[in-house]
Amino acid sequence: MPRTIVPIGPYHPLQEEPEFFSLTVDGERVVGIDVHLGYNHRGIEKLSEMKTFDQATFVVERICGICSTSHPFAFCQAVEDIFPMEVPERAKYIRTIIAEGERIHSHLLWLGLAGHFLGYNTVFMWAWKLREEILDVMEILSGNRNNYAMFRPGGVRRDIKAEDIPVVLKKLDSIVPTLDMLRRAVMDDPVLHARTKGVGSLSKKDALSYGALGPTARASGVARDLRKNCSYAAYDRVQWDMIVRQNGDVFDKLVVRVLETFESIKIMKQCLTALPSGEIDARIKNVPPGEGIGHIEAPRGECFHYVRSDGTNRPARHKVRAPTFMNLPTYKATIVGATISDATIILAAIDPCYCCTERLAVRDTKGTRLYGGEDLVKLSQEKTQRLRKELGVG
Amino acid sequence: MNRETVLQDLRKKFSGEIVEFMEKSPKRVYIEIKKDSLRKWASYMIKDLGARFNIASGVDSRAHIEVLYHFTLEDINLIISLRVRLKKTDLEIDSLGAEYPAANWIEREIHEILGVNFKGHPDMRKLLLSDDWPEGVYPLRRDYKEWDPNAIRDRGV
Repeated sequence: MPRTIVPIGPYHPLQEEPEFFSLTVDGERVVGIDVHLGYNHRGIEKLSEMKTFDQATFVVERICGICSTSHPFAFCQAVEDIFPMEVPERAKYIRTIIAEGERIHSHLLWLGLAGHFLGYNTVFMWAWKLREEILDVMEILSGNRNNYAMFRPGGVRRDIKAEDIPVVLKKLDSIVPTLDMLRRAVMDDPVLHARTKGVGSLSKKDALSYGALGPTARASGVARDLRKNCSYAAYDRVQWDMIVRQNGDVFDKLVVRVLETFESIKIMKQCLTALPSGEIDARIKNVPPGEGIGHIEAPRGECFHYVRSDGTNRPARHKVRAPTFMNLPTYKATIVGATISDATIILAAIDPCYCCTERLAVRDTKGTRLYGGEDLVKLSQEKTQRLRKELGVG
Repeated sequence: MNRETVLQDLRKKFSGEIVEFMEKSPKRVYIEIKKDSLRKWASYMIKDLGARFNIASGVDSRAHIEVLYHFTLEDINLIISLRVRLKKTDLEIDSLGAEYPAANWIEREIHEILGVNFKGHPDMRKLLLSDDWPEGVYPLRRDYKEWDPNAIRDRGV
């Protein structure tokens, strides 16, 4: 069998993670998957070694456009771990608020895209409209809709003004009913159940052996959340629940993300109400030689940074491990045996970026039939239409 | 399970395999190990202690290439990093990728950027670098000087 891989669909270097998946199929069934990475390797680890500790924070902020605050968060914790030192209490709360706001908008973004892949463009519109509200909140708090530039080793760069807090609290409260409507619409829909339940199941055993992280692992019954287990910032000072589901299919991954959004709003509100007064920056001067590790729970799972300092003002080595690096290989366990029309949503279920699914080609073991990203989204949407008719809905 | 008993057990069980045992802080422990005992360590960490393999980081510290294997024990909020120092003339170490899928990709990455050979790795293709990247050139080494005027990557286009 000749192994030719044809990339179909637009190349999106503007969006992060342009991976290339080649699916080997036998008729409708997927029998194998191979992932190619590195189309947009930017050499951030090397670049970071040429910047000072303060500058590197901004470099790592640009690793991901969606979870832009997770990387500076993990990096700052890694630098603080070299000492080791604690940041001021107020900075801890502000960090928590920013990180949770980001989780809400990231989960909503995913929910919208998942809706689009399944042919539910109404979900896409609703989720992204709601996401705008959160982006407004982030603009009030940090001055930016994304890439908040709030973090620095030793604390945060910008204080939250007292007069902004009631405005933000009101806005968060106003989101909850709409979000609840969206939750019911998504979780009670019979077509969506038929479309996502039992699809792309990741067993607990596989989740553990692949080292799956975040919602991908928690949907498979792995009760691990760094915010609970290895508490950092202000997470141990607020009341919230870890969302764990057991089946590991696309539906459970969806439910985990939707329910986590509510928990994040809870955390944000508690932190804003209980925000202690005081310094926001420990003003660290010299980073001593040594090594440090920072890890935080990003929207997609644990974000891990290892930093080594040789006593100068630049990191001697900076290793970045994004959560998708561990979540991507779980495709080997989830996609084999599924149909091509389910491939898009299974690949999207771990919450990689949009272009990951865009750059996907299908090769038949017998013929040379090939699909590009758009064809696959269409296939997926057609299956939902078919199910709708069968179930007599809409 | 608590931190003290875990660390005591490690010292006792691997007394002959430890080069340096450093308790940096209550949450971080770095253990330099002999490179031949890596598989034994990994098996004990993952299977017996139930630790989660975070990732490995490769570091070129000029005299050596270091590979650190980070494990998280979530129940007791502890990260144990196993450090292996490799001489630049002998960059070979046992692969964990065959037994633990979580280590598969990172070993491919360290192999191509630092030139560490992972013995027994099931699939040592390139992960991040392009397929036409020259053999034996490792971009994250301190002595990396490769510059090719014809290559797009070096013209900065």
